[in-house]
Amino acid sequence: MAKVTIDGVEIEVANGTTILNAARQIGGDLVPPAMCYYSSLKDSGGKCRVCLVKVAQGSAKDPRPIPKLVASCRTPVADGMVVENLTSKDVLEARKGVVEFLLINHPLDCPVCDQAGECDLQNLAYEHGAEATRYEFERRTFDKIDIGDKIKLHMTRCILCYRCTFVANQLTDGRSHGVLNRGDHSEISTYIEKAIDNDFSGNMIDVCPVGALTDKTFRFKSRVWFTNPKDAHRDCKKCSGKVVLWTKGEEVLRVTARKDQYGEVKEFICNECRYDHKNISDWIVEGPRHIDRDSVISQNHYEKIDLQKLKKEVERQLEFQKGKQLPESTNGSMKV
Amino acid sequence: MGKHILFEHINIPGIENFSIYRKNGGYASVEKALKMTADQVIEEVKESGLRGRGGAGFPTGLKWSFLDRKSEKPRYLVCNADESEPGTFKDRYLMEKIPHLLIEGMITSSYALGAKTSFIYVRGEYMYVIRILEKAIQEAYDNGFLGKNILGSDFSHDLYVQPGGGAYICGEETALLESLEGKRGNPRLKPPFPAIAGLYACPTVVNNVESIAAVVPIINMTADKYNDMGIGKSTGTKIISASGHINKPGVYEIELGLPVEEFIYSDEYCGGIWKGRKLKAVVAGGSSVPILPAELILKNAKGEPRLMTYESLAEGGFVSGTMLGSGGFIVMDETTCIVRNTWTYARFYHHESCGQCSPCREGTGWMEKVLHRIEHGNGRMEDIDLLVDVAKKIEGNTICPLGDAAAWPVASAIRHFREEFEYHVRYPEKVKNPKHFELEPMVSYQVSVNS
Repeated sequence: MAKVTIDGVEIEVANGTTILNAARQIGGDLVPPAMCYYSSLKDSGGKCRVCLVKVAQGSAKDPRPIPKLVASCRTPVADGMVVENLTSKDVLEARKGVVEFLLINHPLDCPVCDQAGECDLQNLAYEHGAEATRYEFERRTFDKIDIGDKIKLHMTRCILCYRCTFVANQLTDGRSHGVLNRGDHSEISTYIEKAIDNDFSGNMIDVCPVGALTDKTFRFKSRVWFTNPKDAHRDCKKCSGKVVLWTKGEEVLRVTARKDQYGEVKEFICNECRYDHKNISDWIVEGPRHIDRDSVISQNHYEKIDLQKLKKEVERQLEFQKGKQLPESTNGSMKV
Repeated sequence: MGKHILFEHINIPGIENFSIYRKNGGYASVEKALKMTADQVIEEVKESGLRGRGGAGFPTGLKWSFLDRKSEKPRYLVCNADESEPGTFKDRYLMEKIPHLLIEGMITSSYALGAKTSFIYVRGEYMYVIRILEKAIQEAYDNGFLGKNILGSDFSHDLYVQPGGGAYICGEETALLESLEGKRGNPRLKPPFPAIAGLYACPTVVNNVESIAAVVPIINMTADKYNDMGIGKSTGTKIISASGHINKPGVYEIELGLPVEEFIYSDEYCGGIWKGRKLKAVVAGGSSVPILPAELILKNAKGEPRLMTYESLAEGGFVSGTMLGSGGFIVMDETTCIVRNTWTYARFYHHESCGQCSPCREGTGWMEKVLHRIEHGNGRMEDIDLLVDVAKKIEGNTICPLGDAAAWPVASAIRHFREEFEYHVRYPEKVKNPKHFELEPMVSYQVSVNS
């Protein structure tokens, strides 16, 4: 076991745990964001650099700080380590820079993007991005590609997190999906645009943090916040059969795997569940899906409101706003 | 005349052939090392104070001692001959002229490390060098210096040459290992370091060509004698590839501690600035190290003369210093446009970024475009601070040092030549011609405004 302190909160975790996972065990605001790390995909992480944190004390044995910021998703903790995330100005500055880098070549086509409303990049941009861009050059674009008959690859939106390539390598057999070219010309592609024909290929859509990989059976059908997510399951021979149905009335618009509070799928689903059972009668509906992350989807009160929880949140907000009242006008000229 | 230990025999005709190399004392270090224990050889290299010649200057002996010896996995030695830094061409010259020196170093070093197999990863553009090395390796096999039971000892060793695909990033040690394994050359996240899990997840040492070649004289002349050369922690000799606006561009072996001024102006080395012009700036260790103006490269901020050592060039940190780097010494005369030069470097790093992590993938392209705009007379004053900010946000936040290498030249050029960037913004019509400073030298614009 190793004792680490993250933003002043101490926790004891198993040896070998990464800083990010230790922070997730604490939970709350001090958890660094992650765009490329995916706990169920081996070797993922380290690439997007939004989870950078400062290690102010390396370990109890060697208290020297690590000179550079480290990727918290891939750096294991050491006993006595002191980590600064939100408490470090350097980290916030660097993260702001990384978000800006991720956005300069992103098309910002949220109004027509199917991922809008459940997009990690959108959330991150609201949280850390500036309101205007400093980048005035033509943005990078790619042609849209069909990966098989069910998945659309819109490379222009991609942030090169490599998650989908790990899905292709680890969940499906036969490696035909990878990265072509170099630098800012890098693109996700299949081997000479060969269609991916595999029972678990649809999980690429779920792991994609942005709108680069979208479900062709759902594209342009509805904004996600107009759909009603329900937990459901069916008896499936290939996968767990535990899914979320995104419905409008009686119509099932799409089927996805269930994501946890960090947007990660723990139980991947097969393509049969995803694409071939779009009748609500095929499923045993468990009830409304709770959307953990801050999202416009949860604003529609599809699930029963916990009044106690709501009251607590209002109180917290009031407490937070205390002493932040607007200054009173001094010369009275504001009176209308 | 400086002392040559790597290039001692380089001008002997036919030295690339085994018989002539052997006649001139070649492969003596293998014979000597095989009579020592492996630990004694490592100790000798440690004592010599040899520092990595690839750029970072990490002590070679220390790197060797990190190698995981408890592991039962095979150990590998990999020679990094993917020399692609703009301005650096020393390894090519060494491998081309005296290939047996590298092979001899590989055998001696492998013996010390207990590696049964080693690789020389050569830059793909150096195809003719690969042929020279392969011929030399065959000769070494034929003469019993490679293969089973070398010189009757129980040490067996196989050496392979692997051409790279022509990517600068594969000179980063973990990207090199990925490439050597046949994968896409993306740098790995560290830890684990190659000394624990390198090539095929086995303990691996990756060394530069010159570092491995330097093991030969260290064993031959003993660490004490090697130590006598150089100053302080910069021991021995260094091969410098000098290029740019000098009378005698070329590859020179210098004893560390040589004054920079002597290196640039003496007839033995660069022979002064060409066409009788004045020195403007120097990039002392390959394109990725900070550029320094003439007054700071000849003397440091304290007014002491700068020497060709790791410490002296770094004196003053990044505010007024630079790095010895890989020894790519680029000299610029007074007609050089620093903005254009910085843009050229930025273009290179944009082209060579692997695209794996966001700051480098996006930031290098951004810097290149802004620099292009300034150089071509379309810049704005705020662009200069934008560049500083972008460079700052790339530096230190990437997986591998390529991000730093891309950010440093831009940041340092603005630090030392800000006036010139402002001049480009202020007088766009004067910089439209690519050779603008050759046609009309830049005069300090404050003066020209006042007059």
